[in-house]
Amino acid sequence: MARIRKRSIQLSKLCSFACCRSSSQDEHAQIGQKGYSRVVYCNEPDSQEQIRLRYRGNYVSTTKYTAVNFLPKSLFEQFRRVANIYFLVVACVSFSPLAPYSAPSIILPLVVVIGATMAKEGVEDWRRNLQDIEANNRKVEVYDKSSCSFRQTKWKDLRVGDLVKVCKDEYFPADLLLLSSSYEDVVCYVETMNLDGETNLKLKHALNVTSFYSSAESLKEFRAVIKCEDPNEHLYSFIGTLYFDCQQYSLSPQQILLRDSKLKNTEYIFGVVIFTGHDTKVMQNATDPPSKRTKIERRMDRIIYVLFSTLILVSFIGSLFFGIETNNDLSGGNYTRWYLRPDKTTVFFDPRRPAVAAFLHCLTGLMLYGYLIPISLYVSIEICKVLQSIFINQDQAMYDEEMDRPAHARTSNLNEELGQVHTILSDKTGTLTCNSMEFVKCSIAGTLYGRGMTEVEIALARKRGEQLTEQAPIDASESKKSFKGFNFRDEHIMDGKWVSEPQRDVIQKFFRVLATCHTAVPEVMGPDEIMYEAESPDEAAFVIAAREVGFEFFARNQTSIKLRELDPTSGIRVDRVYELLHVLEFSSARKRMSVIVKNPENQLLLLAKGADSVIFERLSKEGRAYEERTKEHIEKYSEAGLRTMAVAYRELDNDEYKTWEQEFLKAKTSVSADRDVLMDELACQIERDLILLGATAVEDKLQKGVPGCIDKLARAGIGIWVLTGDKRGTAINIGYACSLLRHGMKQIVITLELPEILAQEKEGDKEAIAEASLNSIKLQILKAKSQVTEESSTEFGLIIDGKSLTYAMDKNLVNSFMDLAMRCATVICCRSSPKQKAVITRLVKSVTGRTTLAIGDGANDVGMLQEADIGVGISGVEGMQAVMASDFAIAQFRFLERLLLVHGHWCYRRISMMICYFFYKNITFGFTLFWFEAYTSFSGQPAYNDWYMSCYNVFFTSLPVIALGVFDQDVSARLCLKHPLLYQEGVRNILFNWPRILGWMFNGLLSSIIIYFLTTNSITGPAFRKDGQVADYSVLGVTMYTCVVWTVNCQMALSINYFTWIQHLFIWGSIAFWYIFLVVYGSIPPTLSTTAYKVLVEACAPSILYWLTTLLVVIAALLPLLSYRAFQIRFQPMEHDRIQIQRRRPESTEYDATQRRLSESSEARTSSELPSEVRIRIDNLKASSKRKN
Amino acid sequence: MTDTDRGTQRDRHSAFSLFTQQSLPACKPVLTPEWVIMTFLFIGFIFIPVGLVTLRASHSVVEIVERYDIGCVPEPFRIDKVSYIQDDSIPKNCSLSFKVPKYMKAPIYIYYQLDNYYQNHRRYVKSRSDKQLLHGQNEHGISSCQPVEVNNDRPIIPCGLIAWSLFNDTFTFIRNRAELKVNRKNIAWKSDRGHKFGKNVYPFNFQNGTLIGGGKLNPTIPLSDQEDLIVWMRTSALPSFRKLYGRIEKDLDVDDVVVVHLMNNYNTYSFGGKKKLVLSTTSWLGGKNDFLGLAYVFIGSSSVTIAVVFTLLHLLSPRH
Repeated sequence: MARIRKRSIQLSKLCSFACCRSSSQDEHAQIGQKGYSRVVYCNEPDSQEQIRLRYRGNYVSTTKYTAVNFLPKSLFEQFRRVANIYFLVVACVSFSPLAPYSAPSIILPLVVVIGATMAKEGVEDWRRNLQDIEANNRKVEVYDKSSCSFRQTKWKDLRVGDLVKVCKDEYFPADLLLLSSSYEDVVCYVETMNLDGETNLKLKHALNVTSFYSSAESLKEFRAVIKCEDPNEHLYSFIGTLYFDCQQYSLSPQQILLRDSKLKNTEYIFGVVIFTGHDTKVMQNATDPPSKRTKIERRMDRIIYVLFSTLILVSFIGSLFFGIETNNDLSGGNYTRWYLRPDKTTVFFDPRRPAVAAFLHCLTGLMLYGYLIPISLYVSIEICKVLQSIFINQDQAMYDEEMDRPAHARTSNLNEELGQVHTILSDKTGTLTCNSMEFVKCSIAGTLYGRGMTEVEIALARKRGEQLTEQAPIDASESKKSFKGFNFRDEHIMDGKWVSEPQRDVIQKFFRVLATCHTAVPEVMGPDEIMYEAESPDEAAFVIAAREVGFEFFARNQTSIKLRELDPTSGIRVDRVYELLHVLEFSSARKRMSVIVKNPENQLLLLAKGADSVIFERLSKEGRAYEERTKEHIEKYSEAGLRTMAVAYRELDNDEYKTWEQEFLKAKTSVSADRDVLMDELACQIERDLILLGATAVEDKLQKGVPGCIDKLARAGIGIWVLTGDKRGTAINIGYACSLLRHGMKQIVITLELPEILAQEKEGDKEAIAEASLNSIKLQILKAKSQVTEESSTEFGLIIDGKSLTYAMDKNLVNSFMDLAMRCATVICCRSSPKQKAVITRLVKSVTGRTTLAIGDGANDVGMLQEADIGVGISGVEGMQAVMASDFAIAQFRFLERLLLVHGHWCYRRISMMICYFFYKNITFGFTLFWFEAYTSFSGQPAYNDWYMSCYNVFFTSLPVIALGVFDQDVSARLCLKHPLLYQEGVRNILFNWPRILGWMFNGLLSSIIIYFLTTNSITGPAFRKDGQVADYSVLGVTMYTCVVWTVNCQMALSINYFTWIQHLFIWGSIAFWYIFLVVYGSIPPTLSTTAYKVLVEACAPSILYWLTTLLVVIAALLPLLSYRAFQIRFQPMEHDRIQIQRRRPESTEYDATQRRLSESSEARTSSELPSEVRIRIDNLKASSKRKN
Repeated sequence: MTDTDRGTQRDRHSAFSLFTQQSLPACKPVLTPEWVIMTFLFIGFIFIPVGLVTLRASHSVVEIVERYDIGCVPEPFRIDKVSYIQDDSIPKNCSLSFKVPKYMKAPIYIYYQLDNYYQNHRRYVKSRSDKQLLHGQNEHGISSCQPVEVNNDRPIIPCGLIAWSLFNDTFTFIRNRAELKVNRKNIAWKSDRGHKFGKNVYPFNFQNGTLIGGGKLNPTIPLSDQEDLIVWMRTSALPSFRKLYGRIEKDLDVDDVVVVHLMNNYNTYSFGGKKKLVLSTTSWLGGKNDFLGLAYVFIGSSSVTIAVVFTLLHLLSPRH
């Protein structure tokens, strides 16, 4: 499972909506042609023909590297980064006399940095390798023809054509063709959790012709040839033909058992291996997730380029002066600086060819000032991000106890982007709502049943300001036995009371439909306990409702459904068997499902349920008795945020059925490409003249804490879009329920359900409709825009449906539409298709240029999640597809609040501070080298010992930065949540804007100037000790370096706000380590330590001047930042400064009180309006950010 | 999601969990106005006194600086000083005299100071062999000494530009017609004498080339005792530098007239460098250097100024 999670399954291949069936060619006819060339000789893996085909074995390797290619490949990966290439080139050139320092001292840090990254890669890959070994060595029983029995074989030794036996609860080792199973009707149940995360069981059944081979003996004779499609990644399609006994049989996905899915509820199956190893569908599906980069990283790259330019500029200036100085060495035929022996010089210092010398010196400069580019930046950021994600994963406040699911950062490289989210695009079902459906109400024969109010109704009532009557919401205490999926209370129906209702026939039929028209599988857990495995929670809710009312569905097989019903006349529970003739399955296009059954009275019935619109248009004249009332009820239900479904039936005429069935069976077994179309048409033929029974209402419960969370996110100034497939009414109501739409907010509705459009639609001229629709949408958008501009003080909520959206996306309109949408606080797109969701996401991303976050839980959200800058998957009930396509997975929507406002904010702050600081420290260091150069006539002599320099990035300054990047908190988690406005710092990117970055760089420059000039003037010249010794090159180097180490580490201490023992240890430890290093390095023999020999012990430590200079320089270098911070915090505080000070001030109680009142009011939800002051501030922020754009 | 994960999810109050929940006890300093004012005042109140004490120490040092590179060239040669210094036939002795302005307590350190002399030039700094200096005759370790590594196919000891350009002006001091004894021992660093320059390494083949740089060495004295060389080989940090020449271990009184006889051998004229002779006492801090004290006072007083400005602004502008 863990292995699967690492991969992401590509969206289009999984989504039920996907255009899998796009090609309408006759696919079966293509067998044997290009793309359909695979041939499997069943039970003859050793035959010449099979071996000649050379299909791959079943060995799988998911690793990125092998033992052989690890080194070259991972090195290649490393050097794809431009900074690393630079350092590699520098390392190579460092062996030449051009180098200002010794080669090992530049190679060591490079090796450390590259080694650390490679080690990380290696460890990750080793883990994958272990999983591969485990999978490859699993055992499976393979048929051995010679002994007529099965023997254990490792998975990796499996070959195409092998016959295998898979037992209950085992995984399939490869893609198999199902031959026979322990069931007589050759079915088996399969759990595909590892493929698509769906936990429900799927039914597979073998061809009848192969059902005979159900024992080891009989298999000996089995010979067949399969010709089928080539390996591909489509999980839900398979095209092939079985040549058996001189006959052709077409194969469908129904007979295919996929690798990594599991056999359930079936003793054993026999199968033929078709695809092995990397040819299997699941392996074909394994692709790397789309790599997303954060805005900060992209900007960081630009900064690196800026630094490169600075580097080149500085080197150029240096070489210019060097050229001049070198030229001056030869003046008028005399050598001036004779001590340099210009008469006997090399090309690098030749005064006769100063231009060449200057050019070569420029290369030296590029190496020397290379310290401007932080070598360890990338690796440090990577380390920090990995640790940050560990914190996200470990956060108890984002851990769902009920489901036992912690938050999971699936990619670690988007952490800081979480702090910059501008717009959230959210799915509704399963994200805002639980997707645990509860059957709450129904309308049967025009009568309403089911009492109690849904959460949405309560919210609506509040919105209207009605007093809540005694109709309190149904609480758990009232229901003695409460079932998941059932929350229906009505004394007229429950406990068999329906018998005495006037319309009891209709009620009976109604619940019979619910109990039979489905594809659920019962699982008898105990004498009175039956669980249902259903494809959707709605369906489970119906079956459970039927059971609770007294129509207990308890067994099903291929041909029959058994119910235990209450006989209304006798009052006894009797078992009734319905012969199941056909199932016309549900699809999103059909929006309905129906079954054809023969009841015990030998009546042929078609039982149907489906979307009201679809069912109503298929009613017979007689069947419309309750239409009006039911419609009314459905309207009411959807207002209350309930999902509705109409229920109808039809009695079939025997002859009609017979003729229809023949055609249907023909269509079903046909192998032409339009089979599905044909079947749909035939289904349409029989699904007509229905008689309406009533409608059901299922509540899609809001997830815990959703309104509060949305409220917080809105206060943080994040725009929220809801993209849902629901009806407009439902969507608006859910909007109110979860405070997306607030009291006092004006609604702008853009729709095509206008009389004139509807009238045109009746006429049916498609072009005219399109044109009229487009114009209408255009008008509506323009009108709305002027309205929004006029009333700039009110908040607006935009509601648009999917159909209108297609027109609004027209390229002439899209800009004004997006403009309108961006000005609204909330946007709800209802009736939108999954594809539209992805398109909208892309549009929002490209139009605003800001960070978008998509959150969803189902397969239909995959496109949206991958399209958005950040995809957050809800690891809920609906399966794992969304999670596998996501960057972060959380168990509940409400955790988003913490993920963004706390972790997002922290990570954003940490990473941006960290990068700024990195540049600061390297500029400080690099420029001290440059100033020193100016005093060596730019000869390229570094101010420091080689090894001081190479340890700078790796040892003396790296750990504090990492501590900053991992642990720093400007304000605590509690305060982050209390002051959501703080989040705007990330959205407006004020911690990583150019002024700030350049400010830090300038600070670095300033520090370097202060360090260099104060140090040189204090130390050099006269004696620096009582014993009359003067400071030489090595003493100056040590003193300056000491000041640099102190300064950059203390700057760090100044700019972080959060000191735990870790920060103290790292910061002060780094400084202490410098002294320790100096002592140790200084005590090794002078031929190795050169200028560092005993420099601290003998020269510097006894000198009071050395210590006094350190103090002076460090304080002087800190003063600019300290004073800037002091004034800025006091007179122009940023949001986090304000909060920090408030926390400190005792007199802030008053402010706190208002804050508390505000938060209380929002929690209590008595007033769903945003407090005006908060709104004004958000508006100001938005306005200023707009100006910046 | 595994069982072990679950285990860690459950235990809540351990120190480890404080760590993973990012709620370790922490100190969260905030720059409140009070703190700002206190900090700046504190810096001021530390720095100004330190600066004053430092200045005092610096003022207690008596320093005499005499430039002699021009004065020691006889008038007729002043137009072309380079040919004067390169002409071995002209005697280079010269004398200068000065009056001691203040009482100077022994030990009095004698330095020579060179300006515009790039001892820190990359070509120059590299041109030495630590191996050879310590271990002597070794043909391999001297490639770094280019261009002064061999002469007549025999290695030079000590090799390299630094040694080759050894400073060779000499000074003798006379007070009241009596020679002042100059102690020229222990002027180099102890570790240099003990561990960088070999006790068994003798100068060899040194300054035997066609072009003679600076001073010559007595080939009978081991390198570890050639303190002038050792001092010279500690390359300076900046183009203007002093190097220790010796110590006068007698006090000098006010108005004592000291006459220096010097041999002006060293060529600084071709690159326009100055030569100075420096006599200086030391304080506990070292030589005469007002910079540090002034910098301390400056930083301290700016810090106090910032504190004052901040306080005023803080009091004048009400918090919003």
